[in-house]
Amino acid sequence: MKARLVLRFPPLLVDQPVVYKLVKDYNLIFNILRAEITPASEGLMVLEIEGEEEDFKQGLKYLEERGVKFQPLSQDVVMKEELCTHCGACIIHCPTGALYYDDERKVLFAPDKCIACEICVEICPYRAMEVTLG
Amino acid sequence: MRERTIEEINEKIKKGTVVVLTAEEVIEMAKEKGYKKAAEEVDVVTTGTFGPMCSSGVLINFGHSSPRIKKARVWLNDVPAYGGLAAVDIYLGATAIPDNDPANADYPGEFKYGGGHVIEDLVRGKDILLYAESYGTDCYPRKELETYINIHTINEAILFNPRNAYQNYNVAVNLSNRTLYTYMGMLLPNLGNANYCSAGQLSPLLKDPLYETIGIGTRIFLGGGVGYVAWWGTQHSPAVPRNELGIPKVPAGTLALIGDLKQMSPQWLRGASMRGYGVSLAVGVGVPIPILNEEVFHRAAASDAEITAPVVDYSDAYPNRKGEILAEVTYAQLKSGEIEVLGKKVPTASLSSYYKAREIATILKNWIREGKFLLTQPVERLPGPESGIKMKPCDIRKPHIEEF
Ligand code: SF4
Ligand code: SF4
Repeated sequence: MKARLVLRFPPLLVDQPVVYKLVKDYNLIFNILRAEITPASEGLMVLEIEGEEEDFKQGLKYLEERGVKFQPLSQDVVMKEELCTHCGACIIHCPTGALYYDDERKVLFAPDKCIACEICVEICPYRAMEVTLG
Repeated sequence: MRERTIEEINEKIKKGTVVVLTAEEVIEMAKEKGYKKAAEEVDVVTTGTFGPMCSSGVLINFGHSSPRIKKARVWLNDVPAYGGLAAVDIYLGATAIPDNDPANADYPGEFKYGGGHVIEDLVRGKDILLYAESYGTDCYPRKELETYINIHTINEAILFNPRNAYQNYNVAVNLSNRTLYTYMGMLLPNLGNANYCSAGQLSPLLKDPLYETIGIGTRIFLGGGVGYVAWWGTQHSPAVPRNELGIPKVPAGTLALIGDLKQMSPQWLRGASMRGYGVSLAVGVGVPIPILNEEVFHRAAASDAEITAPVVDYSDAYPNRKGEILAEVTYAQLKSGEIEVLGKKVPTASLSSYYKAREIATILKNWIREGKFLLTQPVERLPGPESGIKMKPCDIRKPHIEEF
């Protein structure tokens, strides 16, 4: 299975090879979509993780035990429908095609494609895109 | 076809027999039936546009306190409004920002809140903090006033926009090697993107390019309510190059619009924060075009492929007013998602919402069909291309040293 997760590392774990353990001990393949350490030195990582279902479960359990909080990425980026004017100014700036026009030139958001880069948040004049990371 | 009059169309509206199509629908119809036949059938074509329109604002009379004040300076939610009119009349402009906004000192500025947002909050019915200062007079003794107002407590709230519904607009690109933050949005370096801001084939003045039906006094859809064309807009510049249909190839005519803010809705009036530029107000405007004759129909049925816009460099040509045009592209090309400029393929983005423009044209169509909206004969026509009127520049005249 495959999932995009937002991981939050408590300050003490920031310099430990947690992700390396996921590869080595749980056979999980991952792709780092984004990583940063916030001023409070809490670590934040957006990962696409792929692997067998059982490995996946065990891997997440390991993270939990180490105090890493995680949640599916889609929970962190939202389009506030009532605020979006469907101008489309954000579309070309979205690196993954998560924002797109439908046949009627209505702008839609596909959370499963979003990597939470926040570019749309900067672009949108109407604050319709909200990313709550870190 | 026989010429139609506005009275005839209004009779049909009252009887419920009027034929109304949006400016988009009419393009298809003209293709299918031919201009002649279609013109005979269609009475009214409705247009629409929704995008940031910086030259917008609201006139407010907030009522008299006890004791009274003749405000000299005034702020709404910390955003300064103009107070140089009588005692309690003020004008709040869409682009005003709080005195303490870091603006571009923190480049590119975020411009989180300003005049456009106050107008949106007013329309939403929210309480707004009013702060006013004065010097005090015998008849207006109060020197300071701090209170909450909202759209229900104030006497008048008149949306009065000196320049809206631009007839055509520039397509903005960036030839420099740094990112630009403009009123046309973020422009990536080296022709990274091309931003445009017009509804094209749905846009009011592009569908009545010679102002044959839209004039002073024309009743319109404004911000979700009913408004009027008050005058030609500022920078109205009709004497510019046009195509065979009379459609201008560069920004040309504009409209000054007026309407009762109390009738309007936040769906069609939205504060906008343009990074690195400032605050604006997105306004929804819809104008009906009565099909008086075949020529009017022909122009109203022009499609995106027949309307062109100039591509302008916002790193140099625009800020330094050099007037250089890099390319001419059609709105059909702009909407395809890519245009070619100086041999390079450039992705396009729109600042104006075509989706909302269509919604407005459809709402106006329904108002007319349901007999809720009658058309008006303009009181006066707008200056057309024959007037020779062109936007004037502001040439900087250096004061003579010896005068000092
Ligand atoms: S944060 Fe916005 S721009 Fe970035 S991937 Fe998600 S939708 Fe696209
Ligand atoms: S820029 Fe904002 S308002 Fe425009 S389509 Fe994107 S999310 Fe919607």
